[in-house]
Amino acid sequence: MRNILQKHLNLYFALAVVVFSFGAADSMAGGKAPKPPKQEWSFDGMFGTFDKAAAQRGFQVYQEVCAGCHSLRQIDFRHLAGIGYTEEQIKAFAAESEVTDGPDDEGEMFERSGIPADPLPSPFANDQAAAASNNGKVPPDLSLMNKARIGGADYVYALLTGYTDPPSGIEVPEGGSYNTYYPGHIIAMAAPLSDEGVEYQDGTKATVAQQANDVVTFLAWTAEPEMERRKSMGLKVLIFLFIFTALLYRVKKVVWKGAKLR
Amino acid sequence: MSTNPSKKFKNPMVNWIEYRLPIFSFLDNSLGSNYPTPKNLNYFWNFGSLAGITLGIMLVSGIVLAMHYTAHVDYAFDSVERIMRDVNYGWLIRYIHMNGGSMFFIVVYIHIFRGLYYGSYHAPRELLWMLGVFILLAMMATAFMGYVLPWGQMSFWGATVITNLFSAIPLVGDAIVTWLWGGFSVDNATLNRFFSLHYLMPFVIVGLVVLHIWALHVHSSNNPIGIDAKTEQDTLPFHPYYTVKDLYGLGVFLICYAFFVFYAPNFFGEPDNYIEANPLVTPAHIVPEWYFLPFYAILRAFTADFFLFAYTPISWIMSAKLAGVIAMFASILLLLLMPWLDGSNVKSSKFRPLYAMFFWIFLLNCVVLGIVGGKPAEGTWLYIGQFTTTYYFAHLLVIVPLVSRLEQPKTPPESISAAVTSTAQG
Ligand code: HEC
Ligand code: HEM
Repeated sequence: MRNILQKHLNLYFALAVVVFSFGAADSMAGGKAPKPPKQEWSFDGMFGTFDKAAAQRGFQVYQEVCAGCHSLRQIDFRHLAGIGYTEEQIKAFAAESEVTDGPDDEGEMFERSGIPADPLPSPFANDQAAAASNNGKVPPDLSLMNKARIGGADYVYALLTGYTDPPSGIEVPEGGSYNTYYPGHIIAMAAPLSDEGVEYQDGTKATVAQQANDVVTFLAWTAEPEMERRKSMGLKVLIFLFIFTALLYRVKKVVWKGAKLR
Repeated sequence: MSTNPSKKFKNPMVNWIEYRLPIFSFLDNSLGSNYPTPKNLNYFWNFGSLAGITLGIMLVSGIVLAMHYTAHVDYAFDSVERIMRDVNYGWLIRYIHMNGGSMFFIVVYIHIFRGLYYGSYHAPRELLWMLGVFILLAMMATAFMGYVLPWGQMSFWGATVITNLFSAIPLVGDAIVTWLWGGFSVDNATLNRFFSLHYLMPFVIVGLVVLHIWALHVHSSNNPIGIDAKTEQDTLPFHPYYTVKDLYGLGVFLICYAFFVFYAPNFFGEPDNYIEANPLVTPAHIVPEWYFLPFYAILRAFTADFFLFAYTPISWIMSAKLAGVIAMFASILLLLLMPWLDGSNVKSSKFRPLYAMFFWIFLLNCVVLGIVGGKPAEGTWLYIGQFTTTYYFAHLLVIVPLVSRLEQPKTPPESISAAVTSTAQG
């Protein structure tokens, strides 16, 4: 009986080893596209915050490059205070957009310039229009992009900087581009960034890597605008809980001393 | 729940109320100094109170979320983002609720395996155990419907896959699915009813928990050596001993919980659920929440060539898909029979080394099932899933009945106090 059991156990541990090594191999294969390399981000870790200057440059990249195709539906102009813009700057950004409002007292719709409470304007009226102008693929909304892909910020950065010539033998269809990090490699978005494609107001040199870094920092903020408050509150909560729990542990010890005497 | 009408308290106001509604003696008898509890409980006995507190946290956070949530396919996803961005502390409440679901299952799974190890389902606690299994089922239904509410890609496709399972029922399957959906696909009607039921079910759970605790208080807790308390020497009053111990456990639990809420809020989630539901785009891998993965693996193990299916009479009467659905439900419902499957007259695995070993293998088996559930059902993963599924049922239906009846257990100590003094000396 013992012997059979031992065999059974051995089989089991062998199985467990197989399962875990398969798991490892599986994640290495990673569905064809390579794992995006890990980057250093200002918002990483327990004490990470958004690099505001980078996020503002990233907003400029978004406005001048991505906004032609991608919406940012979850963001209103007023939210931009979160990356350090002043009320005046926000009013000025908003005023650049035209908004259809109404109906007024006569029942007519009218045009007015934007205010901070308006959402950022979307480039297309609907998905059909978006697809029609982009070879049949809808450019996805970018508000939550960093949270909506495995690999997060690292993935979006790798995607934006991952355009290369296709390896020989791979046919890239009309309207597609080859990207090392896109699952399946053929993406309907042409490389959006180019060196000096934007002129930064703060004089930073606008390489592709710099623009990608900045727009990804901006998108990290659009995805998790609460992150800085969350982390700083978390620290206070954890410090409180550690002290509180340590005290409870002492109280428990003292009370249970009584139990031994009973 | 007998109350003592002559009970006197110091405070006259309390006495006035007590005379008319004996709520103070009720509390004293359930959580107070008048509730004798075995004195040798270890920290695994903390998980019951943790589950209760987590249920409370889910209720409060859920009710606040419901004040800001819109159950409509066009607005649900955006309304959750409004909560995250514009509602004061909305992100905190949502992350508490979202991670609370996972915490709840972690706590309850530990609670259940505690019961399996120490034989807590044995007489006279059969109903207590069975109520627990019903709580697990109700939690699963609640969590499944809750996950649909934010209306992301996984919400939608998870709901589609799981509700479609009912189409395996012969003759009426398709009609049942249409009835569940309230239409011909997962759509607005489905979202609305899921919201309604997601609000209702937690209160059903509260009702079940009341019965669960009521049954618990009749015979009090089981304990690590599985001998019932006989004399006062075996017990301690619940208050202050276990109130303070439970509070300390709560502190440790909240540290873990807070870590996820503040520093890894999406650890348990799927990135795909931050993409709004789109019936025209199927995600590459549809996976349920982690706490369903072992059951998902059992469901998918049943393919046409799975030997447990193909070479048994099961294949004469039903499709592999239906067999999978039945197996999935059976894997939980079988737990109801534990008190009778386990024929040992000694409860705790401490005195049943052979049984204990099988317990650990079973636990490992469940973990492997969970891993398999998260992988595509093909190739080696499928075989591992079929092997572990077979073992899952073999454990409950063959190993437990046989081992519990054949193994000669060690002799447990005379009483709890005897055990406690002997470990103190030795
Ligand atoms: C000319 C239009 C256009 C511009 C400009 C553009 N994109 Fe795209 N983008 C697309 C389209 C179309 C897709 C969908 C690709 C697909 O599905 O194959 C896409 C997809 C994406 C994706 C998702 C990839 C995935 O994993 O699904 C990201 C991230 C992205 N774009 C970021 C950006 C950023 C950041 C910018 C600005 C620097 C930008 N895009 C500029 C058209 C554009
Ligand atoms: C047994 C207790 C409960 C469990 C296990 C549970 C589970 C869940 C889960 C897993 C989600 C999805 C979270 C996400 O991914 O965003 C969710 C969402 C939600 N739940 Fe609950 N829930 C419980 C109690 C309640 C209660 C009592 C309410 C009150 C009405 C409630 C209201 C909501 C609402 C409005 C949402 C959608 C908002 C969101 O997704 O964050 N829940 N629930």
